[in-house]
Amino acid sequence: MKKRVLSTVLCVAAAAAMLTGCGGSKQDSSVGKVYYLNFKPEVTDVWEEIAKVYTEETGVEVKVVTAAGGNYESTLKSEIAKTDAPTLFQINGPIGYQSWKDYCLDLKDSEFYGALTDKSLAITGEDGGVYGVPYAIEGYGIICNNAIMDQYFAMDGAVASSMDEITNFETLKAVVEDMQSKKDALGIKGVFASTSLLPGEEWRWQTHTANLPVYQEYQDKAVSDLDELEFTYSDEFKNIFDLYINNSTTDPKMLGSKGVNDSMAEFALGQAAMVQNGNWAWGQIAGVSGNVVKAEDISFLPIYMDLPDEENQGICMGTENYFCINKQTTEENQKASLDFVYWLINSETGKEYMTGKLGNIAPFSTFDEDERPADPLAAELFRYMESGKNTIPWVFTTFPSQTFKDNFGSALLEYAQGTMTWDDVKGVVVEQWKTEKAAAK
Amino acid sequence: MGKSMKRYFAIFVLPTLIAFLIAFVIPFVMGIYLSFCDFTTVTNSEFVGLSNYIKAFTSKEFLNALWFTVKFAVVAIFTINVCGFLLALMLTQKIKGTNLFRTVFFMPNLIGGIVLGYIWQSMINGVLAEMGVTMLMDPKYGYWGLIILMNWQLIGYIMIIYIAGLQNVSTDVLEAAKIDGASRLQTLCKVTIPMVMPSITICLFLTIANSFKMFDQNLALTGGGPSNKTTMLALDIYNTFYERVGFEGVGQAKAVIFFIIVAGIAMTQLVLTRKKEVEN
Repeated sequence: MKKRVLSTVLCVAAAAAMLTGCGGSKQDSSVGKVYYLNFKPEVTDVWEEIAKVYTEETGVEVKVVTAAGGNYESTLKSEIAKTDAPTLFQINGPIGYQSWKDYCLDLKDSEFYGALTDKSLAITGEDGGVYGVPYAIEGYGIICNNAIMDQYFAMDGAVASSMDEITNFETLKAVVEDMQSKKDALGIKGVFASTSLLPGEEWRWQTHTANLPVYQEYQDKAVSDLDELEFTYSDEFKNIFDLYINNSTTDPKMLGSKGVNDSMAEFALGQAAMVQNGNWAWGQIAGVSGNVVKAEDISFLPIYMDLPDEENQGICMGTENYFCINKQTTEENQKASLDFVYWLINSETGKEYMTGKLGNIAPFSTFDEDERPADPLAAELFRYMESGKNTIPWVFTTFPSQTFKDNFGSALLEYAQGTMTWDDVKGVVVEQWKTEKAAAK
Repeated sequence: MGKSMKRYFAIFVLPTLIAFLIAFVIPFVMGIYLSFCDFTTVTNSEFVGLSNYIKAFTSKEFLNALWFTVKFAVVAIFTINVCGFLLALMLTQKIKGTNLFRTVFFMPNLIGGIVLGYIWQSMINGVLAEMGVTMLMDPKYGYWGLIILMNWQLIGYIMIIYIAGLQNVSTDVLEAAKIDGASRLQTLCKVTIPMVMPSITICLFLTIANSFKMFDQNLALTGGGPSNKTTMLALDIYNTFYERVGFEGVGQAKAVIFFIIVAGIAMTQLVLTRKKEVEN
């Protein structure tokens, strides 16, 4: 009897061992080929189409593999250790460069880097080499549904009469709080869509919102990175965060169950008038079934939180998507990959995919004025860029690590549901920043 | 016959041996070596000695995760085995539809951990919403959530093993006990349980190993929140390895420590319960 039980278990174990096969195939390495590890699961199909088209046009083999959402680093770590490693991959900024510097080829002399309009956007190493080139510019702010806003402005006793009057935190707060008190008359559940604080869904706050106070601190100290953050503008961060959680569709105690999709759906269904997100969100808004938000009603508002010189504050613009070429693959592969990325930004077909199907705002001189993505949020970005307001760069690419962001996000959740004081949140930010920065050294 | 078996021994064992080497021994040895290294990818490492282990043991998160895992494992192992055994006893009685019940109880085990985690997250949050809170309000919700989830998933599996054991208890012995005038409780404690000791050994081993190694359910249900208070060992190792810059070696060191702890506990348990086994 003992034997029977044991043998059953052993059989199962043996079967499992048999199924654990090993794969892998050798290929001719004299012809270069491209292996792109894609970062965005939402555009997987587009990349696969691009690969097919490119192979048809040039005969060069292009393989595209997409990492599951949130798993890019782990996928890259295992893929790049293989013989058949990605030749083209992406990093998210200076911090990403820190971990991947052994694998990044210097792109200083490439045509691809040559076409970059703003050279300061690229990732440079201490030796002056160029190791990462951004391929898409993105921006974020508070997305507003003007249909609801206009309805409010037309009401008796409205504290403002048009969007143009909202140019600082004070006005924004007055408008939002007044709107929240009249939410039933406006037919909304709350002014802001849910502040998503489910673990893994807090990036809009601990990364995007936090970008502004940290940038201001960098400005004050005239630096571009810090080993120790004081979080001098934590009260300003609290201003906007309190406004978000206290005037939303959801009770602050329930925010731990909300994800980004929930809040985008609330906005798309007209249950909320505002939501903080970036230009990439248009596809998501338009894709919600029963969406009531019209393209012409969409506009961006800068994230006001009472920082200095707020009247001139614009949208946060930058990039987290840098192309890198694998230094440790063969020269043929490197050349093939460089040709591929240059084709993307220089050929008619490539450019069409970049702006059309990928919806990227490409920062390259090869793109003309009329070659821009057509969605309303991208148009809003260009409006802000041309309005002369101060664009806020993305400094969150210098945030120390994912662990820092995760712990900051959990602290925000605990603050929202009342289990942590704001001073403790500030403490977490300062302490985590210091430890994680020291760890990366 | 015996001789020729011996001669071909090497050939028969070869396929499994190769698979075992490639899929287990080599990665294991590499893993131990890497725990003494500073590295980003496994093929590109630099030896740094014991510093990874020092960092691992001085990290508050790791010790918290260890303590949380122990608290979880103790309760989960107890409830899963007791419930699984009771169900097995019930379903070996002469009642109608035992096969249907066995199938139903076994089914949760066929669903993957991530899916289960998300299903239970919605359900628990749905119940807690009545009280106006979510599972992340307090670590105790996450703790009990994990226990319920683990029980729900593993009880059916453990039950099947106990049923196999119970069906093998010879009716002669049970009848003899009855004739001798033993009560049902006495029969259970003095006859049945000693007879199914091999099943208990295996069930305890499986539950101990599974409770300590639990990862996907933890990741999906609470993601370690609030503020890493419900992070278990495996999730902490994962977070260290993938979410922090320059911490791959420390994650690896934690994984080695984790292996030693789990192997140590499981082996001790095997030795202890083996001693209590009796032959039929």
